[in-house]
Amino acid sequence: MTEFAQQVVAGLASGSIYATLALAIVIIYRSTGVVNFAQGELATFTTFIAWTLVEHGVGYWGAFALTVLIAFGGGVALERVVVRPVERGPVLTVVILTIGLFIMLGGLSNWIWKAEVRSFPPNRPFPTSTWDLGGVAISKQDVGILGVTLGLVLLLYLLFQHTKIGLALRAAALNPAASRLVGVRVGWMLALGWGLAAAIGAVAGLFTAAASPPLDPNMMRPILIYAFAAAVLGGLESPVGAIIGGLTVGVLLNLVVTYDSHVHLELDRLRLPIAFLVILTVLLVRPGGLLGRVAVRRV
Amino acid sequence: MALLELDGVDARYGRVQVLHGVSLSVADEEVVAVLGGNGAGKTTTLRAISGLVAQSGEIRFGDQRIGGSAPERVARLGIAHVPEGRGIFGELSVRDNLRLGAYLRRKGFAESYERVRGYFPWLEQRGEQQAGTLSGGEQQMLALARALMARPRLLLLDEPSLGLAPIVVRELFRIVGELNEREGLAVLVVEQNAKLALRSSSRAYVLETGRVAIEGPSGELAENESVRKAYLGY
Repeated sequence: MTEFAQQVVAGLASGSIYATLALAIVIIYRSTGVVNFAQGELATFTTFIAWTLVEHGVGYWGAFALTVLIAFGGGVALERVVVRPVERGPVLTVVILTIGLFIMLGGLSNWIWKAEVRSFPPNRPFPTSTWDLGGVAISKQDVGILGVTLGLVLLLYLLFQHTKIGLALRAAALNPAASRLVGVRVGWMLALGWGLAAAIGAVAGLFTAAASPPLDPNMMRPILIYAFAAAVLGGLESPVGAIIGGLTVGVLLNLVVTYDSHVHLELDRLRLPIAFLVILTVLLVRPGGLLGRVAVRRV
Repeated sequence: MALLELDGVDARYGRVQVLHGVSLSVADEEVVAVLGGNGAGKTTTLRAISGLVAQSGEIRFGDQRIGGSAPERVARLGIAHVPEGRGIFGELSVRDNLRLGAYLRRKGFAESYERVRGYFPWLEQRGEQQAGTLSGGEQQMLALARALMARPRLLLLDEPSLGLAPIVVRELFRIVGELNEREGLAVLVVEQNAKLALRSSSRAYVLETGRVAIEGPSGELAENESVRKAYLGY
């Protein structure tokens, strides 16, 4: 039982990273109806920016904050320059564009920072010690990562539900034409969505590096798949769903691996297929996910 | 001086030209109706003014040329458009819909709201209700209320009577008339219900296949033989 609780706690920690990236995917999906395949590579790219900043003497948390800001600006710029020309085109065009961005950003990370692994962060950003809770060891780092994730969700909630700009963001996603008639600049709202997603993705990248150093240009590839599974499980449109989905996928994968220590089937190698199985099952059984709505289109 | 003036406006959807040299004007504090059958180009005329459809020709609002402007700029200049199908945000609350109406106003939500509530007292109790769950008539009222939140100089109304019970339609036009009289709001209204539209407006235009076929004071049009036959049915 203690073992089970221990693994659930560990799963929640990795799950909160999947949840963060899933949140980024959901924000862009809500405003554009497109799944951004480049979200993971964008996170890697920005994490390398943080590494560069630290190399130049910036403190870890300072670099963290700067990177999130840079990611925000980069996300806005990317939407304005690269995505905008195809914005009104078919969804498939935009999807292919994000796959192109995936390849391009991945290539750029490898080209600029070379494909060698680096130690980053320089020191553990959170204390390495653990709390003992009835025999279950809870690492302070896991709690820290989970805490930042939940804080992020709270901030987003406040932004979307209690500010004018948040209202405009929601309106632009729900009904672009009517939004323009009341004066909302829908194009900029889409750019803002990309900026927010890139900033949130940067947090996911930074925590991925912190949770499993060293820093590696391909580190977000599997995480992106887990985040997709999380987003689909949560219903693709729901930020809260993305968090629940992320934590669920994290715990699920962790329990599978733990179970494997008894049966030795090397299920660890099946982590990605298991994530795909989650995606497939949700899409077949409950396409709206846990909290999403199934879009009914009149033809 | 004309508040709004269209001069030889063409508009097209892709290859299909819908408007052919439409010219019309709305004076300050005037209610003008646009009549015509299905596909005559009534809705497109409003969409051309708001910048929702590509057009060529001259459109002036006050002393500004607005032809080819983006909808958000047209809204900023003081034109509020209640589109066909109302364009309310069904997933959002009534209050959020009204907030969006006042989106371009930096402050003064309370003041605008106070004023709008005078015309639609029922909005107060329904603030938290999801707009999509309102009845059709209430949704049309909400769309009108939202447009007023922006404190526009000109209101564009697209088929406000569509699908509504006669009693609701009368109430709607009564409020529009009151807004015009009390606050001098200029209105350009597109309507299928010609009788009501002519009664509520001072001048009217009849569109046929994208061209202005007849124009004149509403009273005269109501007496006009061909208008009566084609649109009034008597």
